[in-house]
Amino acid sequence: MQLLRAIFSHSSGRIGGAIVGLYIIIAILGLLGITPHDPLMQFRVDRLHAPDATYWMGTDLFGRDVASRLMLGISQSFIVAFASVALAAVAGIVLGLAAAWFGGWWDGTIMRFMDVLLAFPAILLALLIIAIVGPGTWTSVMAIAIVYTPIFTRVVRGPALSLKTRDFVDAARTFGSSRNYILTRHLMLNLVAPLTVQVTLALAWGLLTEAGLSFLGLGTQPPASSLGLMLADSRNLMEMAPWLLIFPGIAIMIGILGFNLLGDALRDILDPKTRRSVA
Amino acid sequence: MNYLARRLMTFPLVMLGVSILVFVSIRLVPGDAITAMLGTEAGLLTPDQRAALEAYFGIDQGWFTQYWRWLAGAVQGDLGVSVTFGKPVLDVILERFPLTLELALLSMVIALAIGLPAGIFAATRNEKPSDLAVRIFAMIGQSTPNFVFALLAIYVLSVGFGVLPAMGEFTPFLENPLRNLGQMILPALTLGFAFAAAVTRISRSAMLDILSDDYIRTARAKGVPARKVIWRHALPNALIPVVTLSGVEFGYLLGGAVIVEQIFALPGLGRMVLDAILQRDYALVQGSVLFIALNFMIVNLLVDLAYAVLDPRIRLGGK
Repeated sequence: MQLLRAIFSHSSGRIGGAIVGLYIIIAILGLLGITPHDPLMQFRVDRLHAPDATYWMGTDLFGRDVASRLMLGISQSFIVAFASVALAAVAGIVLGLAAAWFGGWWDGTIMRFMDVLLAFPAILLALLIIAIVGPGTWTSVMAIAIVYTPIFTRVVRGPALSLKTRDFVDAARTFGSSRNYILTRHLMLNLVAPLTVQVTLALAWGLLTEAGLSFLGLGTQPPASSLGLMLADSRNLMEMAPWLLIFPGIAIMIGILGFNLLGDALRDILDPKTRRSVA
Repeated sequence: MNYLARRLMTFPLVMLGVSILVFVSIRLVPGDAITAMLGTEAGLLTPDQRAALEAYFGIDQGWFTQYWRWLAGAVQGDLGVSVTFGKPVLDVILERFPLTLELALLSMVIALAIGLPAGIFAATRNEKPSDLAVRIFAMIGQSTPNFVFALLAIYVLSVGFGVLPAMGEFTPFLENPLRNLGQMILPALTLGFAFAAAVTRISRSAMLDILSDDYIRTARAKGVPARKVIWRHALPNALIPVVTLSGVEFGYLLGGAVIVEQIFALPGLGRMVLDAILQRDYALVQGSVLFIALNFMIVNLLVDLAYAVLDPRIRLGGK
Protein backbone atom coordinates (compact mmCIF):
# COMPACT_ATOMS: atom_id res chain seq x y z
CA MET A 1 0.00 0.00 0.00
CA GLN A 2 2.79 2.34 1.02
CA LEU A 3 4.66 1.33 -2.10
CA LEU A 4 1.65 2.07 -4.29
CA ARG A 5 1.39 5.52 -2.76
CA ALA A 6 5.10 6.11 -3.36
CA ILE A 7 4.77 5.01 -6.99
CA PHE A 8 1.92 7.40 -7.56
CA SER A 9 3.74 10.34 -6.08
CA HIS A 10 6.67 9.69 -8.41
CA SER A 11 6.20 11.30 -11.80
CA SER A 12 7.50 8.52 -14.04
CA GLY A 13 6.08 5.92 -11.66
CA ARG A 14 2.62 7.38 -12.13
CA ILE A 15 2.83 7.16 -15.92
CA GLY A 16 4.51 3.76 -15.90
CA GLY A 17 2.05 2.38 -13.37
CA ALA A 18 -0.91 3.64 -15.37
CA ILE A 19 0.41 2.10 -18.59
CA VAL A 20 1.17 -1.25 -16.96
CA GLY A 21 -2.25 -1.26 -15.25
CA LEU A 22 -4.02 -0.51 -18.53
CA TYR A 23 -2.10 -3.24 -20.36
CA ILE A 24 -2.89 -5.78 -17.66
CA ILE A 25 -6.60 -4.96 -18.02
CA ILE A 26 -6.35 -5.30 -21.82
CA ALA A 27 -4.49 -8.59 -21.43
CA ILE A 28 -7.14 -9.98 -19.10
CA LEU A 29 -9.96 -8.87 -21.42
CA GLY A 30 -8.11 -10.45 -24.33
CA LEU A 31 -7.74 -13.70 -22.39
CA LEU A 32 -11.41 -13.75 -21.43
CA GLY A 33 -12.35 -13.23 -25.06
CA ILE A 34 -13.92 -9.83 -24.41
CA THR A 35 -12.74 -8.25 -27.67
CA PRO A 36 -14.61 -6.14 -30.24
CA HIS A 37 -14.67 -9.11 -32.63
CA ASP A 38 -13.53 -12.73 -32.64
CA PRO A 39 -9.75 -12.38 -33.18
CA LEU A 40 -9.68 -15.51 -35.38
CA MET A 41 -12.79 -14.70 -37.39
CA GLN A 42 -12.02 -13.90 -41.04
CA PHE A 43 -14.35 -11.22 -42.39
CA ARG A 44 -13.56 -12.04 -46.01
CA VAL A 45 -15.51 -9.12 -47.52
CA ASP A 46 -13.63 -6.65 -45.36
CA ARG A 47 -10.04 -7.69 -46.05
CA LEU A 48 -7.49 -4.92 -45.44
CA HIS A 49 -10.29 -2.64 -44.33
CA ALA A 50 -9.08 0.74 -43.04
CA PRO A 51 -9.86 1.66 -39.41
CA ASP A 52 -13.43 2.86 -38.88
CA ALA A 53 -16.23 2.54 -36.33
CA THR A 54 -16.65 -1.22 -36.88
CA TYR A 55 -12.99 -2.15 -37.10
CA TRP A 56 -11.25 0.31 -34.74
CA MET A 57 -7.81 -0.55 -36.01
CA GLY A 58 -8.74 -1.95 -39.40
CA THR A 59 -8.47 -5.55 -40.59
CA ASP A 60 -5.57 -7.63 -41.85
CA LEU A 61 -4.97 -9.57 -45.05
CA PHE A 62 -7.38 -12.31 -43.96
CA GLY A 63 -10.05 -9.86 -42.84
CA ARG A 64 -9.35 -10.42 -39.15
CA ASP A 65 -9.99 -7.51 -36.79
CA VAL A 66 -6.67 -5.87 -35.85
CA ALA A 67 -7.91 -4.40 -32.55
CA SER A 68 -9.08 -7.82 -31.33
CA ARG A 69 -5.87 -9.50 -32.46
CA LEU A 70 -3.90 -6.75 -30.77
CA MET A 71 -5.67 -7.44 -27.47
CA LEU A 72 -5.05 -11.15 -27.83
CA GLY A 73 -1.45 -10.42 -28.80
CA ILE A 74 -0.94 -8.31 -25.70
CA SER A 75 -2.24 -11.11 -23.47
CA GLN A 76 -0.01 -13.59 -25.30
CA SER A 77 3.05 -11.35 -24.88
CA PHE A 78 2.22 -10.75 -21.22
CA ILE A 79 1.80 -14.45 -20.49
CA VAL A 80 5.20 -15.19 -22.01
CA ALA A 81 6.88 -12.24 -20.28
CA PHE A 82 5.36 -12.94 -16.85
CA ALA A 83 5.86 -16.70 -16.98
CA SER A 84 9.48 -16.44 -18.09
CA VAL A 85 10.38 -13.74 -15.58
CA ALA A 86 8.68 -15.72 -12.79
CA LEU A 87 10.68 -18.83 -13.75
CA ALA A 88 13.91 -16.86 -13.98
CA ALA A 89 13.29 -15.15 -10.65
CA VAL A 90 12.57 -18.41 -8.83
CA ALA A 91 15.60 -20.12 -10.38
CA GLY A 92 17.77 -17.10 -9.69
CA ILE A 93 16.64 -16.85 -6.07
CA VAL A 94 17.26 -20.53 -5.39
CA LEU A 95 20.66 -20.55 -7.11
CA GLY A 96 21.74 -17.19 -5.70
CA LEU A 97 20.78 -18.12 -2.14
CA ALA A 98 22.43 -21.52 -2.45
CA ALA A 99 25.63 -19.94 -3.76
CA ALA A 100 25.69 -17.33 -1.00
CA TRP A 101 24.63 -19.61 1.86
CA PHE A 102 26.72 -22.71 1.20
CA GLY A 103 29.68 -20.84 -0.26
CA GLY A 104 32.84 -22.69 -1.29
CA TRP A 105 32.34 -25.37 -3.90
CA TRP A 106 28.64 -24.57 -4.39
CA ASP A 107 29.34 -20.91 -4.90
CA GLY A 108 32.17 -21.56 -7.34
CA THR A 109 30.24 -24.06 -9.45
CA ILE A 110 27.01 -22.08 -9.62
CA MET A 111 28.65 -18.76 -10.37
CA ARG A 112 31.02 -20.15 -13.03
CA PHE A 113 28.05 -21.77 -14.73
CA MET A 114 26.26 -18.43 -14.70
CA ASP A 115 29.40 -16.83 -16.18
CA VAL A 116 29.21 -19.32 -19.03
CA LEU A 117 25.56 -18.44 -19.69
CA LEU A 118 26.40 -14.74 -19.58
CA ALA A 119 29.15 -15.26 -22.15
CA PHE A 120 26.48 -15.70 -24.82
CA PRO A 121 24.78 -12.67 -26.29
CA ALA A 122 21.19 -13.02 -25.02
CA ILE A 123 19.40 -13.45 -28.34
CA LEU A 124 21.93 -16.07 -29.46
CA LEU A 125 21.36 -18.14 -26.34
CA ALA A 126 17.62 -17.91 -26.93
CA LEU A 127 18.06 -19.01 -30.58
CA LEU A 128 20.17 -21.97 -29.47
CA ILE A 129 17.52 -23.09 -26.99
CA ILE A 130 14.81 -22.75 -29.63
CA ALA A 131 16.91 -24.84 -32.01
CA ILE A 132 16.95 -27.63 -29.42
CA VAL A 133 13.32 -27.55 -28.37
CA GLY A 134 11.67 -26.25 -31.53
CA PRO A 135 9.80 -22.94 -31.81
CA GLY A 136 6.66 -22.24 -29.81
CA THR A 137 5.20 -20.24 -26.98
CA TRP A 138 6.57 -22.34 -24.14
CA THR A 139 9.96 -22.55 -25.78
CA SER A 140 10.16 -18.77 -25.76
CA VAL A 141 9.20 -18.82 -22.09
CA MET A 142 12.00 -21.25 -21.36
CA ALA A 143 14.51 -19.44 -23.53
CA ILE A 144 13.81 -16.05 -21.98
CA ALA A 145 13.88 -17.58 -18.49
CA ILE A 146 17.24 -19.24 -19.04
CA VAL A 147 18.74 -16.05 -20.46
CA TYR A 148 17.58 -14.05 -17.46
CA THR A 149 18.41 -16.57 -14.70
CA PRO A 150 22.10 -15.56 -14.37
CA ILE A 151 21.11 -11.93 -13.86
CA PHE A 152 18.70 -12.80 -11.04
CA THR A 153 21.28 -15.13 -9.53
CA ARG A 154 23.78 -12.29 -9.37
CA VAL A 155 21.21 -9.84 -8.01
CA VAL A 156 20.39 -12.28 -5.18
CA ARG A 157 23.86 -13.58 -4.40
CA GLY A 158 25.55 -10.22 -3.84
CA PRO A 159 23.27 -8.85 -1.14
CA ALA A 160 22.70 -12.34 0.32
CA LEU A 161 26.44 -12.69 0.92
CA SER A 162 26.60 -9.50 2.93
CA LEU A 163 23.33 -10.19 4.76
CA LYS A 164 24.58 -13.61 5.79
CA THR A 165 27.31 -12.10 7.95
CA ARG A 166 25.02 -9.60 9.65
CA ASP A 167 24.30 -9.85 13.36
CA PHE A 168 20.59 -10.50 13.02
CA VAL A 169 21.29 -13.68 11.08
CA ASP A 170 23.70 -14.87 13.78
CA ALA A 171 21.10 -13.98 16.37
CA ALA A 172 18.44 -15.99 14.56
CA ARG A 173 20.82 -18.93 14.46
CA THR A 174 21.48 -18.71 18.19
CA PHE A 175 17.75 -18.80 18.80
CA GLY A 176 17.73 -22.10 16.96
CA SER A 177 15.95 -20.92 13.81
CA SER A 178 16.16 -23.48 11.06
CA ARG A 179 18.16 -22.85 7.93
CA ASN A 180 15.07 -22.60 5.76
CA TYR A 181 13.46 -20.17 8.17
CA ILE A 182 16.49 -17.90 8.09
CA LEU A 183 16.73 -18.11 4.32
CA THR A 184 13.08 -17.38 3.68
CA ARG A 185 12.38 -14.91 6.47
CA HIS A 186 15.59 -13.05 7.08
CA LEU A 187 17.38 -13.13 3.77
CA MET A 188 14.46 -13.14 1.34
CA LEU A 189 12.63 -10.27 3.00
CA ASN A 190 15.69 -8.10 2.67
CA LEU A 191 16.04 -9.01 -0.97
CA VAL A 192 12.54 -7.93 -1.92
CA ALA A 193 13.61 -4.41 -2.87
CA PRO A 194 16.36 -5.22 -5.37
CA LEU A 195 14.28 -8.09 -6.76
CA THR A 196 11.21 -5.92 -7.37
CA VAL A 197 13.26 -3.51 -9.45
CA GLN A 198 14.89 -6.32 -11.37
CA VAL A 199 11.59 -8.08 -12.02
CA THR A 200 10.05 -4.94 -13.50
CA LEU A 201 12.99 -4.28 -15.80
CA ALA A 202 13.10 -7.98 -16.73
CA LEU A 203 9.45 -7.79 -17.75
CA ALA A 204 10.27 -4.96 -20.16
CA TRP A 205 13.06 -7.08 -21.59
CA GLY A 206 10.81 -10.15 -21.70
CA LEU A 207 8.18 -8.30 -23.74
CA LEU A 208 10.89 -7.07 -26.09
CA THR A 209 12.40 -10.51 -26.56
CA GLU A 210 9.06 -12.26 -27.01
CA ALA A 211 8.14 -9.77 -29.71
CA GLY A 212 11.55 -10.20 -31.36
CA LEU A 213 11.37 -14.01 -31.36
CA SER A 214 7.82 -14.01 -32.73
CA PHE A 215 8.87 -11.47 -35.34
CA LEU A 216 11.50 -13.96 -36.53
CA GLY A 217 8.87 -16.69 -36.60
CA LEU A 218 10.47 -18.53 -33.66
CA GLY A 219 8.06 -17.60 -30.91
CA THR A 220 4.29 -17.75 -30.89
CA GLN A 221 3.01 -19.64 -33.92
CA PRO A 222 0.02 -18.64 -36.05
CA PRO A 223 -2.97 -18.60 -35.93
CA ALA A 224 -2.36 -17.45 -32.35
CA SER A 225 -1.70 -13.76 -32.15
CA SER A 226 1.37 -11.97 -30.88
CA LEU A 227 2.60 -8.43 -31.31
CA GLY A 228 5.82 -9.57 -32.99
CA LEU A 229 3.93 -11.82 -35.37
CA MET A 230 1.55 -9.01 -36.33
CA LEU A 231 4.50 -6.77 -37.15
CA ALA A 232 6.16 -9.46 -39.23
CA ASP A 233 2.92 -9.83 -41.20
CA SER A 234 2.72 -6.07 -41.75
CA ARG A 235 6.05 -5.87 -43.54
CA ASN A 236 4.91 -6.40 -47.09
CA LEU A 237 1.64 -4.57 -46.66
CA MET A 238 2.75 -1.43 -44.90
CA GLU A 239 2.27 0.92 -47.83
CA MET A 240 -1.18 -0.41 -48.59
CA ALA A 241 -2.31 -0.91 -45.00
CA PRO A 242 -0.14 1.16 -42.62
CA TRP A 243 -2.48 0.42 -39.68
CA LEU A 244 -1.11 -3.12 -39.64
CA LEU A 245 2.30 -1.67 -38.77
CA ILE A 246 1.45 1.38 -36.71
CA PHE A 247 -0.91 -0.04 -34.08
CA PRO A 248 1.09 -3.11 -33.04
CA GLY A 249 4.34 -1.15 -33.27
CA ILE A 250 3.11 1.58 -30.97
CA ALA A 251 1.48 -0.99 -28.66
CA ILE A 252 4.83 -2.74 -28.13
CA MET A 253 6.67 0.53 -27.60
CA ILE A 254 4.24 1.86 -25.02
CA GLY A 255 4.07 -1.46 -23.17
CA ILE A 256 7.84 -1.65 -22.83
CA LEU A 257 7.98 2.05 -21.95
CA GLY A 258 5.49 1.43 -19.13
CA PHE A 259 7.64 -1.26 -17.51
CA ASN A 260 10.82 0.78 -17.98
CA LEU A 261 9.26 3.84 -16.35
CA LEU A 262 7.87 1.76 -13.50
CA GLY A 263 11.23 0.03 -13.02
CA ASP A 264 13.04 3.36 -12.85
CA ALA A 265 10.53 4.71 -10.38
CA LEU A 266 10.84 1.61 -8.19
CA ARG A 267 14.61 1.92 -8.22
CA ASP A 268 14.32 5.54 -7.12
CA ILE A 269 11.91 4.65 -4.36
CA LEU A 270 13.49 1.46 -3.07
CA ASP A 271 17.14 2.43 -3.42
CA PRO A 272 17.74 5.96 -2.09
CA LYS A 273 21.36 5.86 -3.26
CA THR A 274 20.37 6.23 -6.89
CA ARG A 275 17.61 8.74 -6.26
CA ARG A 276 19.18 11.69 -8.00
CA SER A 277 20.97 9.81 -10.75
CA VAL A 278 18.20 8.02 -12.59
CA ALA A 279 17.01 9.52 -15.82
CA MET B 1 44.59 -11.90 -5.64
CA ASN B 2 44.82 -9.03 -8.07
CA TYR B 3 41.54 -8.42 -9.91
CA LEU B 4 43.08 -8.45 -13.39
CA ALA B 5 44.99 -11.65 -12.80
CA ARG B 6 41.86 -13.36 -11.55
CA ARG B 7 39.87 -12.08 -14.50
CA LEU B 8 42.48 -13.41 -16.94
CA MET B 9 42.56 -16.77 -15.18
CA THR B 10 38.84 -17.41 -15.35
CA PHE B 11 38.74 -16.52 -19.05
CA PRO B 12 39.90 -19.92 -20.42
CA LEU B 13 37.73 -21.68 -17.84
CA VAL B 14 34.57 -19.89 -18.95
CA MET B 15 35.54 -20.38 -22.60
CA LEU B 16 35.87 -24.11 -21.97
CA GLY B 17 32.45 -24.06 -20.34
CA VAL B 18 31.02 -22.25 -23.37
CA SER B 19 32.49 -24.83 -25.75
CA ILE B 20 31.03 -27.71 -23.73
CA LEU B 21 27.64 -26.04 -23.54
CA VAL B 22 27.57 -25.36 -27.29
CA PHE B 23 28.70 -28.88 -28.10
CA VAL B 24 26.20 -30.57 -25.82
CA SER B 25 23.26 -28.36 -26.80
CA ILE B 26 23.76 -29.05 -30.50
CA ARG B 27 23.66 -32.75 -29.74
CA LEU B 28 20.41 -32.29 -27.89
CA VAL B 29 18.74 -31.06 -31.07
CA PRO B 30 16.33 -33.84 -32.00
CA GLY B 31 17.17 -36.06 -34.97
CA ASP B 32 20.58 -37.30 -36.05
CA ALA B 33 22.93 -35.30 -38.22
CA ILE B 34 22.79 -37.67 -41.18
CA THR B 35 19.01 -37.46 -41.46
CA ALA B 36 19.16 -33.68 -41.07
CA MET B 37 21.66 -33.52 -43.92
CA LEU B 38 20.01 -35.87 -46.40
CA GLY B 39 16.38 -35.41 -45.49
CA THR B 40 14.11 -38.23 -46.63
CA GLU B 41 16.90 -39.79 -48.67
CA ALA B 42 18.51 -40.87 -45.41
CA GLY B 43 15.89 -43.61 -45.28
CA LEU B 44 17.39 -45.18 -48.43
CA LEU B 45 20.82 -45.66 -46.88
CA THR B 46 21.98 -49.17 -46.16
CA PRO B 47 23.37 -49.67 -42.66
CA ASP B 48 26.86 -49.88 -44.19
CA GLN B 49 26.50 -46.55 -46.02
CA ARG B 50 25.17 -44.89 -42.92
CA ALA B 51 28.08 -46.20 -40.90
CA ALA B 52 30.52 -44.94 -43.54
CA LEU B 53 28.95 -41.47 -43.46
CA GLU B 54 29.01 -41.40 -39.69
CA ALA B 55 32.68 -42.33 -39.76
CA TYR B 56 33.35 -39.61 -42.36
CA PHE B 57 31.83 -36.89 -40.18
CA GLY B 58 33.40 -38.36 -37.06
CA ILE B 59 30.08 -38.91 -35.35
CA ASP B 60 30.57 -42.65 -34.96
CA GLN B 61 32.68 -42.01 -31.89
CA GLY B 62 31.48 -41.40 -28.34
CA TRP B 63 30.61 -37.85 -27.29
CA PHE B 64 33.82 -37.40 -25.41
CA THR B 65 36.00 -38.30 -28.40
CA GLN B 66 33.87 -36.12 -30.67
CA TYR B 67 34.16 -33.19 -28.32
CA TRP B 68 37.89 -33.65 -27.98
CA ARG B 69 38.34 -33.75 -31.75
CA TRP B 70 36.16 -30.69 -32.27
CA LEU B 71 37.95 -28.75 -29.56
CA ALA B 72 41.37 -29.72 -30.86
CA GLY B 73 40.30 -28.60 -34.34
CA ALA B 74 38.73 -25.39 -33.04
CA VAL B 75 41.92 -24.40 -31.26
CA GLN B 76 43.73 -24.70 -34.59
CA GLY B 77 41.05 -22.72 -36.41
CA ASP B 78 39.36 -25.76 -37.94
CA LEU B 79 35.66 -25.59 -37.11
CA GLY B 80 34.55 -28.26 -39.55
CA VAL B 81 32.67 -27.99 -42.82
CA SER B 82 29.31 -26.28 -43.28
CA VAL B 83 26.76 -28.55 -44.94
CA THR B 84 24.73 -25.73 -46.50
CA PHE B 85 27.69 -23.77 -47.86
CA GLY B 86 29.98 -26.70 -48.62
CA LYS B 87 32.86 -24.64 -47.27
CA PRO B 88 34.91 -24.60 -44.08
CA VAL B 89 32.87 -23.01 -41.28
CA LEU B 90 35.58 -20.49 -40.48
CA ASP B 91 35.60 -19.22 -44.10
CA VAL B 92 31.85 -18.74 -44.02
CA ILE B 93 32.10 -16.85 -40.74
CA LEU B 94 34.97 -14.63 -41.87
CA GLU B 95 33.07 -13.72 -45.04
CA ARG B 96 30.19 -12.41 -42.96
CA PHE B 97 32.17 -10.85 -40.17
CA PRO B 98 33.32 -7.58 -41.88
CA LEU B 99 29.71 -6.50 -42.39
CA THR B 100 28.81 -7.22 -38.79
CA LEU B 101 31.92 -5.39 -37.59
CA GLU B 102 31.16 -2.38 -39.77
CA LEU B 103 27.56 -2.27 -38.60
CA ALA B 104 28.63 -2.47 -34.95
CA LEU B 105 31.22 0.29 -35.40
CA LEU B 106 28.82 2.59 -37.24
CA SER B 107 26.13 2.09 -34.60
CA MET B 108 28.59 2.85 -31.83
CA VAL B 109 29.78 6.03 -33.57
CA ILE B 110 26.17 7.17 -34.01
CA ALA B 111 25.34 6.31 -30.40
CA LEU B 112 28.31 8.17 -28.96
CA ALA B 113 27.90 11.15 -31.28
CA ILE B 114 24.29 11.61 -30.16
CA GLY B 115 24.26 10.14 -26.66
CA LEU B 116 27.32 11.71 -25.10
CA PRO B 117 26.57 15.37 -25.91
CA ALA B 118 22.88 14.84 -25.10
CA GLY B 119 23.70 13.27 -21.74
CA ILE B 120 26.17 16.00 -20.75
CA PHE B 121 23.78 18.70 -21.91
CA ALA B 122 20.94 17.21 -19.85
CA ALA B 123 23.12 16.87 -16.76
CA THR B 124 24.15 20.52 -16.84
CA ARG B 125 20.49 21.52 -17.07
CA ASN B 126 19.25 19.17 -14.40
CA GLU B 127 15.46 19.24 -13.92
CA LYS B 128 14.96 22.04 -16.46
CA PRO B 129 12.61 21.51 -19.43
CA SER B 130 15.51 20.79 -21.80
CA ASP B 131 16.74 18.06 -19.44
CA LEU B 132 13.26 16.60 -19.31
CA ALA B 133 13.01 16.60 -23.11
CA VAL B 134 16.30 14.70 -23.43
CA ARG B 135 15.19 12.22 -20.77
CA ILE B 136 11.85 11.55 -22.43
CA PHE B 137 13.56 11.06 -25.75
CA ALA B 138 16.08 8.65 -24.20
CA MET B 139 13.33 6.70 -22.45
CA ILE B 140 11.41 6.30 -25.70
CA GLY B 141 14.61 5.29 -27.47
CA GLN B 142 15.25 2.62 -24.89
CA SER B 143 11.72 1.28 -25.13
CA THR B 144 11.54 1.00 -28.91
CA PRO B 145 12.38 -2.48 -30.23
CA ASN B 146 14.79 -2.10 -33.13
CA PHE B 147 12.45 -3.87 -35.55
CA VAL B 148 9.69 -1.39 -34.75
CA PHE B 149 12.11 1.48 -35.38
CA ALA B 150 13.32 -0.12 -38.60
CA LEU B 151 9.84 -0.77 -39.99
CA LEU B 152 8.60 2.71 -39.05
CA ALA B 153 11.71 4.25 -40.64
CA ILE B 154 11.17 2.30 -43.85
CA TYR B 155 7.51 3.29 -43.85
CA VAL B 156 8.22 7.00 -43.31
CA LEU B 157 10.94 6.99 -45.96
CA SER B 158 8.92 5.18 -48.58
CA VAL B 159 5.54 6.84 -48.03
CA GLY B 160 6.73 10.28 -46.94
CA PHE B 161 9.72 10.73 -49.22
CA GLY B 162 9.25 8.08 -51.85
CA VAL B 163 12.70 6.59 -51.22
CA LEU B 164 13.25 2.94 -50.57
CA PRO B 165 16.29 1.89 -48.57
CA ALA B 166 18.87 0.27 -50.81
CA MET B 167 18.49 -3.46 -50.45
CA GLY B 168 19.36 -6.38 -52.63
CA GLU B 169 22.94 -7.15 -53.54
CA PHE B 170 25.22 -6.05 -50.73
CA THR B 171 28.31 -3.98 -51.63
CA PRO B 172 31.39 -4.35 -49.41
CA PHE B 173 32.88 -1.09 -48.11
CA LEU B 174 36.19 -1.45 -49.92
CA GLU B 175 34.50 -2.05 -53.25
CA ASN B 176 32.32 1.05 -53.25
CA PRO B 177 32.31 3.00 -49.96
CA LEU B 178 29.47 5.34 -50.90
CA ARG B 179 27.13 2.63 -52.05
CA ASN B 180 28.05 0.58 -49.01
CA LEU B 181 27.29 3.44 -46.61
CA GLY B 182 24.01 4.04 -48.40
CA GLN B 183 23.04 0.48 -47.57
CA MET B 184 24.36 0.55 -44.04
CA ILE B 185 23.10 3.90 -42.81
CA LEU B 186 19.53 2.90 -42.01
CA PRO B 187 20.44 -0.35 -40.24
CA ALA B 188 23.17 1.51 -38.34
CA LEU B 189 20.72 4.23 -37.32
CA THR B 190 18.25 1.59 -36.20
CA LEU B 191 20.79 -0.06 -33.94
CA GLY B 192 22.32 3.27 -32.97
CA PHE B 193 19.02 4.77 -31.80
CA ALA B 194 18.47 2.50 -28.80
CA PHE B 195 22.22 2.45 -28.17
CA ALA B 196 22.28 6.29 -28.16
CA ALA B 197 19.42 6.31 -25.67
CA ALA B 198 21.39 4.09 -23.31
CA VAL B 199 24.51 6.24 -23.70
CA THR B 200 22.47 9.38 -23.01
CA ARG B 201 21.03 7.95 -19.82
CA ILE B 202 24.30 6.66 -18.45
CA SER B 203 26.35 9.76 -19.34
CA ARG B 204 23.72 12.01 -17.82
CA SER B 205 23.58 10.10 -14.56
CA ALA B 206 27.38 9.73 -14.35
CA MET B 207 27.82 13.44 -15.02
CA LEU B 208 25.23 14.34 -12.38
CA ASP B 209 26.94 12.16 -9.80
CA ILE B 210 30.28 13.74 -10.47
CA LEU B 211 29.06 17.32 -10.65
CA SER B 212 28.01 17.05 -7.01
CA ASP B 213 31.43 15.76 -5.90
CA ASP B 214 33.61 17.83 -3.61
CA TYR B 215 36.44 18.30 -6.07
CA ILE B 216 34.07 19.88 -8.58
CA ARG B 217 32.75 22.19 -5.91
CA THR B 218 36.34 23.12 -5.05
CA ALA B 219 37.15 23.84 -8.71
CA ARG B 220 34.07 26.02 -8.99
CA ALA B 221 34.87 27.82 -5.76
CA LYS B 222 38.34 28.57 -7.10
CA GLY B 223 36.69 30.33 -10.01
CA VAL B 224 37.35 27.79 -12.77
CA PRO B 225 35.03 28.66 -15.68
CA ALA B 226 31.93 26.43 -15.92
CA ARG B 227 32.89 25.12 -19.34
CA LYS B 228 36.30 24.04 -18.11
CA VAL B 229 34.85 22.40 -15.01
CA ILE B 230 32.69 20.21 -17.20
CA TRP B 231 35.13 19.32 -19.94
CA ARG B 232 38.35 19.12 -17.94
CA HIS B 233 37.35 18.07 -14.46
CA ALA B 234 34.10 16.21 -14.69
CA LEU B 235 34.03 14.56 -18.10
CA PRO B 236 37.05 12.25 -17.78
CA ASN B 237 35.53 10.60 -14.71
CA ALA B 238 32.05 10.55 -16.15
CA LEU B 239 33.36 8.66 -19.15
CA ILE B 240 34.16 5.53 -17.13
CA PRO B 241 30.62 4.09 -17.05
CA VAL B 242 30.08 5.21 -20.64
CA VAL B 243 33.09 3.19 -21.75
CA THR B 244 31.76 0.13 -19.93
CA LEU B 245 28.28 0.41 -21.38
CA SER B 246 29.47 1.08 -24.92
CA GLY B 247 31.91 -1.81 -24.74
CA VAL B 248 29.33 -4.31 -23.56
CA GLU B 249 26.83 -3.09 -26.16
CA PHE B 250 29.48 -3.26 -28.88
CA GLY B 251 30.19 -6.83 -27.82
CA TYR B 252 26.53 -7.68 -28.26
CA LEU B 253 26.47 -6.12 -31.72
CA LEU B 254 29.50 -8.15 -32.79
CA GLY B 255 27.32 -11.22 -32.32
CA GLY B 256 25.27 -10.02 -35.25
CA ALA B 257 21.99 -8.14 -35.17
CA VAL B 258 19.70 -10.98 -36.18
CA ILE B 259 16.49 -9.00 -36.56
CA VAL B 260 17.92 -5.89 -38.18
CA GLU B 261 19.96 -7.92 -40.65
CA GLN B 262 16.83 -9.85 -41.46
CA ILE B 263 14.77 -6.71 -42.11
CA PHE B 264 17.39 -5.00 -44.28
CA ALA B 265 18.46 -8.21 -46.03
CA LEU B 266 22.09 -7.82 -44.93
CA PRO B 267 24.32 -10.90 -45.08
CA GLY B 268 25.77 -10.53 -41.58
CA LEU B 269 26.62 -12.99 -38.81
CA GLY B 270 23.25 -12.81 -37.11
CA ARG B 271 21.26 -13.87 -40.12
CA MET B 272 23.78 -16.57 -40.87
CA VAL B 273 23.29 -18.10 -37.41
CA LEU B 274 19.52 -17.90 -37.77
CA ASP B 275 19.64 -19.62 -41.17
CA ALA B 276 22.08 -22.21 -39.89
CA ILE B 277 19.73 -23.03 -37.02
CA LEU B 278 16.69 -23.20 -39.29
CA GLN B 279 18.57 -25.44 -41.74
CA ARG B 280 20.16 -27.54 -39.00
CA ASP B 281 23.68 -26.89 -40.24
CA TYR B 282 25.17 -28.16 -36.99
CA ALA B 283 28.82 -27.48 -37.75
CA LEU B 284 28.01 -23.90 -38.71
CA VAL B 285 25.82 -23.27 -35.65
CA GLN B 286 28.43 -24.80 -33.37
CA GLY B 287 31.31 -22.88 -34.94
CA SER B 288 29.61 -19.53 -35.21
CA VAL B 289 28.20 -19.63 -31.70
CA LEU B 290 31.68 -20.37 -30.40
CA PHE B 291 33.13 -17.57 -32.52
CA ILE B 292 30.52 -15.06 -31.32
CA ALA B 293 30.84 -16.05 -27.68
CA LEU B 294 34.63 -15.73 -27.94
CA ASN B 295 34.31 -12.24 -29.46
CA PHE B 296 31.83 -11.24 -26.82
CA MET B 297 34.09 -12.44 -24.03
CA ILE B 298 37.18 -10.77 -25.49
CA VAL B 299 35.35 -7.46 -25.79
CA ASN B 300 34.08 -7.80 -22.22
CA LEU B 301 37.59 -8.60 -21.04
CA LEU B 302 38.95 -5.52 -22.83
CA VAL B 303 36.20 -3.42 -21.25
CA ASP B 304 37.17 -4.71 -17.82
CA LEU B 305 40.81 -3.97 -18.53
CA ALA B 306 39.96 -0.46 -19.75
CA TYR B 307 37.88 0.02 -16.65
CA ALA B 308 40.76 -1.00 -14.45
CA VAL B 309 43.08 1.40 -16.28
CA LEU B 310 40.60 4.26 -15.94
CA ASP B 311 39.72 3.54 -12.34
CA PRO B 312 42.71 2.68 -10.13
CA ARG B 313 40.44 1.58 -7.27
CA ILE B 314 39.55 -1.56 -9.19
CA ARG B 315 43.12 -2.35 -10.16
CA LEU B 316 44.17 -2.37 -6.52
CA GLY B 317 41.18 -3.78 -4.70
CA GLY B 318 39.32 -7.00 -5.28
CA LYS B 319 36.02 -7.28 -7.02
